[in-house]
Amino acid sequence: MSDTDARLHLHHASDHAPGDEPVSGHEIAEGLLGYIVGLFLAALITAVAFFLVGTSLVWQPSIPVALLVLAVAQMGVHLVFFLHITTGPDNYNNVLALAFGVLIVGLIIVGSMWIMTNMNHNMMPMNMMHM
Amino acid sequence: MSIAARTTAVGLGGEGAAPSVPHELSELAQKRVIVGYGFWIFLLSDIVMFSTFFAAYAVLVNETAGGPSGRDLFHLDVVAFETAFLLLSSFACGVASIGARAHRDTMYYGAMAVTALLGAGFLFLEVHEFVGMIGIGAGPQRSAFLSAFFTLVGCHGLHVTLGLMWLLTMMAQVFAKGYRPDILRRVLCFALFWHTLDIIWVAIFTVVYLLGVVV
Repeated sequence: MSDTDARLHLHHASDHAPGDEPVSGHEIAEGLLGYIVGLFLAALITAVAFFLVGTSLVWQPSIPVALLVLAVAQMGVHLVFFLHITTGPDNYNNVLALAFGVLIVGLIIVGSMWIMTNMNHNMMPMNMMHM
Repeated sequence: MSIAARTTAVGLGGEGAAPSVPHELSELAQKRVIVGYGFWIFLLSDIVMFSTFFAAYAVLVNETAGGPSGRDLFHLDVVAFETAFLLLSSFACGVASIGARAHRDTMYYGAMAVTALLGAGFLFLEVHEFVGMIGIGAGPQRSAFLSAFFTLVGCHGLHVTLGLMWLLTMMAQVFAKGYRPDILRRVLCFALFWHTLDIIWVAIFTVVYLLGVVV
């Protein structure tokens, strides 16, 4: 294998640090464009979220779910455009760590809410006895 | 052996390496990648810590003990400004990290200064909000809801405060020592930290403020 071949091969194989622009990213304009797209998308999603809270145009019970979906979408935008966490082969390690973090966060939040709701529910007869 | 082989990164990089590259060398990663990855792990653990505060808040949000609820206390116009400040400062921080990688003084210092000003503006609004709430008797000791609120939002504010100090330190370090690789790794970590704070703020303004007013 020639040296150029090896470079080409390794170029695709090497990892990126999170937050790093791609290897070719020394071009300033290219890097800036990513941040500008990210800013635009994030601002758009934020504006929609704040608009939803104040409007009566939307079926009200759908708003909490819509807000949560928008929040997840905006976090995705931040991860991709600001932290440069992508699905590329150079990002497996970063994405795997993120997936593990998301799993733990999900367990903690959903688990706490599930258990505490259940306990509150079980406490109901006691409250009624005191009344 | 080419330089490129030496910079092949940890883990998966090994699989893609040319067969002629010795195994131990193919597993060497650039220090910048290792530092960034390690700091990313730290940030994820920080996010896990925040998730416990979010869980506590979600459990306690209705326990107002007869006191004010989020609907009575939150001013969404202030929150909108806080959100805008933090989002724009995250953008400015991205511009600063491009400036640092490209060794452009004006771009780096200018964007870092803008980041700092917007961050300080965010903190000012948050402190103003906290002082106002405590002033009307809605401090953290009023109810479980308010304890959880001040813990969660205050912890984020504390992170922003520490981030601001780190930001000024990084400006001073680049000024004193130049764009050395070790300094640039610290700038990378700072940028990751600052962007992550904005992600956590997205969760806070949605779960605490917007849902607090809607639900």
